Amino acid sequence: MIRVNGLTKDYGARRAIENLTFEARQGEILGFLGPNGAGKTTTMRILSGYMPPTAGSAQVAGYDIISESLEVRRRVGYLPETVPLYNDMTVFDYLKFMADLRHLPRAEDRVDTVLDMVGLIERADGYIGNLSKGMRQRVGLAQALLHRPEVLILDEPTIGLDPAQVVEVRNLIRELGKERTVLLSTHILSEAQQICDRVVIINKGRIVAEDSPENLQARLSGAQRVSLRVRGESDELVEKIAAIPGVQEVIALPEGVLEFQHAPGQDVRPEVARTIVRANYDLLEMQPVGMSLEEIFLELTGKKRK
Amino acid sequence: MRNMWIIAQREYKHYFVSPIAYVIMFTILVIVGIIFALNIWQASQPIVMYSPYVPDVSIITGPMLFMFIFSIPALTMRLLADEHRTGTLELLLTAPLRDWELVAGKWLGSFLFVLTLIVLSLLYPLILHLLIEPGLDLGVLLTNYLGMILISAALLAIGVGISAMFSNQIAAFFTTLVVLVVLWFLIGAPADILPRLGDFFRYIDLRDRFYNSMAMGVLNLSDIVYPLTLLVLGLFLGTLTIEVRRWQ
Ligand SMILES: Nc1ncnc2c1ncn2[C@@H]1O[C@H](COP(=O)(O)OP(=O)(O)OP(=O)(O)O)[C@@H](O)[C@H]1O
Ligand SMILES: [Mg+2]
Repeated sequence: MIRVNGLTKDYGARRAIENLTFEARQGEILGFLGPNGAGKTTTMRILSGYMPPTAGSAQVAGYDIISESLEVRRRVGYLPETVPLYNDMTVFDYLKFMADLRHLPRAEDRVDTVLDMVGLIERADGYIGNLSKGMRQRVGLAQALLHRPEVLILDEPTIGLDPAQVVEVRNLIRELGKERTVLLSTHILSEAQQICDRVVIINKGRIVAEDSPENLQARLSGAQRVSLRVRGESDELVEKIAAIPGVQEVIALPEGVLEFQHAPGQDVRPEVARTIVRANYDLLEMQPVGMSLEEIFLELTGKKRK
Repeated sequence: MRNMWIIAQREYKHYFVSPIAYVIMFTILVIVGIIFALNIWQASQPIVMYSPYVPDVSIITGPMLFMFIFSIPALTMRLLADEHRTGTLELLLTAPLRDWELVAGKWLGSFLFVLTLIVLSLLYPLILHLLIEPGLDLGVLLTNYLGMILISAALLAIGVGISAMFSNQIAAFFTTLVVLVVLWFLIGAPADILPRLGDFFRYIDLRDRFYNSMAMGVLNLSDIVYPLTLLVLGLFLGTLTIEVRRWQ
């Protein structure tokens, strides 16, 4: 369980996060979504006991992060964003060292178990310095899992992994999230939608939205943009498509590409397709355009895109 | 305590995979060996004018301490500075151990390494013992080695404390070196210039303490208390620095 109340952190004069309040219940995977510099890492560092906040309070696994920091650290598994590791140690020795610091009984067996979980058992005796970025990421994850923590704090756990591993790690997180509390940060909206029970969106140190992925999707669907491509130039189609009820902001782009936005809850795509065919154009493709994080924030904060 | 031991073990092992530590150990033992041999050779010369020269343990412990001043900075420089540079400090500071346990563990690792070196150097007094009549005074041997152990323990703690303040090993090295040179060679100087504070400066003059009491087989309570005070101060400084860094 994670309970955050009015958390604020200043780095000198710069305020990194301001008055964050949110909760993650046991057995819940909470996604922390935000662009670069939003304050995700800062928040996670505070919750993992690395540094104290400037103001506000938080409880992790039932203990106060400031006055009971050691108790919190005993119960949290933390994957730092930069995945710091000792390059001159072997994978096994490193994990054994971290297991010893946590006073785990039968540490060797436990190290083998977590290495198996992250699929690194055959690299156990290799030096960490020789591992690829994705493998380092998995060593970091193994370290976070060593002590079967009640709470997992994972700072961008799938970054740097190849697609197959991304799927594997996401499945692993989902599995772990069944009984534990997981807080994970990501830049990727679809990742948050896939694995999280709830998503907190932050931007510039403040919470912009907090909801289930389904509800967020519903709120965002109002801004659905569609891109299509026809053979030839698309300029002449602009007027015809703009005339369809519900279609807004039609823009013609080079090479027959055309983008438009449609009103909330109204799927105008069939009508658009018919219009194009009637005008004797070949419709080559049509697809929804994913929104960038920036656009999502603008949308959620109610500001209109230019 | 257990955490301190876990940290210490890792550091101790690390010295044996690093070439610097081997070079330091080898150099110190060889140079001390040469000085030792020269002294023995000198003592074996026929006496011309002087009273007979009988070497004692301080021909071993003196040069060793002298070389410690220059090698301890190299042994302690990376202990915390490197954790900071590589970011691995984040791992240790989010693991369930207290900041002082981390700092003390780093110190203990370096101390055990120096202790290993000191134990190896016992070979020389052993040879000396066999060479001279009626053998070494065991009391003097004991206070010499106790002095050397206490002083190196204190200097290592200062090095660890300074290492916590930097993320660059070289900066930590030179700062430690300056502090140790001041503590060993210079701090006693004001004793003769400032008559009113003379006693104070004599008290904190490690070298004076070593040569004028412990090396002679004398052991005052303050000879133990003062290095231990420095040791605690060094570890306290390191812990405080880590704590302050958490707050930024
Ligand atoms: N050690 C630091 N000293 C000063 N400012 C910092 C420090 N760490 C972070 N900041 C600032 O705090 C703000 C939040 O940074 P943070 O790393 O928490 O963002 P983030 O959401 O994790 O970003 P990213 O997605 O790039 O990882 C940024 O403006 C950053 O410049
Ligand atoms: Mg970050």
